[in-house]
Amino acid sequence: MEKDISSDQKIWRVRPEWPFLLFLVFVVAAYLGLLLLMVGANVLTVSWSQASEILKDADIQHSIILTFVTCTATAILSVLVSVPVGYLLSRYQFRGRALVDTLLDIPILLPPLIVGLSLLILFNRISPSACCGMLAGGALIAAIWGVAQKGNEIIIRFLLGSVVLFGLLSLVFSGSERSLEDIVSEVGFPMTFHPLGVVLAQFPVAAAFAVRTMRTTFDQISPRYEEVAMTLGCNRGQAFIRVVLPLAGKGIVAAGTMAWARALGEFGPILIFAGATRGRTEVLATSVFLEINIGNLPGAAALSLLMILLAVSTLLIVRYLAGRGGAV
Amino acid sequence: MLEQVTVQAGEFVLSPFSLEIGEGECVALMGPSGCGKTTLLETVCGLRDGPVGGRIFLGGLEVTNLPPGARGIGLVPQDVALFPSLTVREQMEFGLKLHGWKLEEIKERVKNLAGDLGLEGLLSRLPEGLSGGEARRVALGRALALRPKLLCLDEALSGLDEARHDEVLGVIRKMIEREGVTALHVTHSKKEAEAIADRVVVMD
Repeated sequence: MEKDISSDQKIWRVRPEWPFLLFLVFVVAAYLGLLLLMVGANVLTVSWSQASEILKDADIQHSIILTFVTCTATAILSVLVSVPVGYLLSRYQFRGRALVDTLLDIPILLPPLIVGLSLLILFNRISPSACCGMLAGGALIAAIWGVAQKGNEIIIRFLLGSVVLFGLLSLVFSGSERSLEDIVSEVGFPMTFHPLGVVLAQFPVAAAFAVRTMRTTFDQISPRYEEVAMTLGCNRGQAFIRVVLPLAGKGIVAAGTMAWARALGEFGPILIFAGATRGRTEVLATSVFLEINIGNLPGAAALSLLMILLAVSTLLIVRYLAGRGGAV
Repeated sequence: MLEQVTVQAGEFVLSPFSLEIGEGECVALMGPSGCGKTTLLETVCGLRDGPVGGRIFLGGLEVTNLPPGARGIGLVPQDVALFPSLTVREQMEFGLKLHGWKLEEIKERVKNLAGDLGLEGLLSRLPEGLSGGEARRVALGRALALRPKLLCLDEALSGLDEARHDEVLGVIRKMIEREGVTALHVTHSKKEAEAIADRVVVMD
């Protein structure tokens, strides 16, 4: 035994730990160094007077407020969508789940410009009749798939109901020359080149990240809690609300933060779908772009610093809150 | 009573299995790991899609296709699964509130159960502040609160040290007799099965 120990010690002497530790420290230092240099470059480009001047600009103040409002709205919407979607993917095994999973990742994989372009075309070039027709077609394909795979009868009925509903709506709208944008504008929710469009442009990617977070959250919560709650008289919905949601508190905060931060950094879809009109649809990311365009590099650097500050403080605040609440 | 119940879980298929448990009887279902004990217990509780074949009766009522909450079952799972955000009192009140018991009845029932289980001093504690033995007793109280027709214990003593194991085993035995409940205890330990049950059924 003693011999073994001494031979172990010998190996430690021969192969010391420090090269590996040094390698780790080097990689971390190089990565953090790059990040710090990037922030430092912004700091060195702008003076206090230039920074305060641009922050006093009425359009920039409007941009800051719109950024806060749209990011918060997008985060709330993303949480509302990601909680049920994440729960479904985490708890239910069904045929075609891998396909649904892949489809939900599409916004993350697509170049951001394509998200904006798709929204622009959808709202302005495609008739409501065609939209309803596409939805009816999608529901029909899903229903046929469900029947072929002997899926849940209630889900198949729901899909068939959707086919009928969207088919009828498609007929109702047929012959209309109006676009989807015309219709949403008529009911008071104009989207294209409008502040509401900013939220819609931020939403697909932000929600995709939130869905990932919520799915991981639910995966980490044992289904045993729901099973026990169900033996005590809960149905699935009650078990979800009474038992799972309180446990998912931290995950919900994390998903909201992820969506908020993602929305803050969104640029391409906003530029294409909502535009970058000063004092109207301009958010901080587009402000930086506009300042670069007019050759005001110090102004762009000042706004970049503001965005960095916002992102870091949001993360710190949420981490602090998450550390105090939640049960996971 | 299980009548020729066949269960399928993925590729695992449990061959037709019949078992009759008398009222107030405690039966231990014993067998090696992977023989399907827990799968069968979950099927009895209604936590899996209905059995592929056969029927399940509880107290003369067929429950084969009833949801778990309508079967009159109390479950103590292997990992205890106490709700992390609820106090001991709230754990025991959970099912009673769902079933619309009156406030006084709930208070009385929880008080009696806590007394029988030795949990009086722990009612305002959260699960994170409980020892393994205490957590088992709370889970037992939660499962018994609704006076179930069948108490299902799934390896409910696993992971306890010897002293706690014997203590909780004694509490389970005492509570089964005091409540007059029928019990199905799943275990892989012969010693535990013989200590707790009136009858041992071996699955292989």
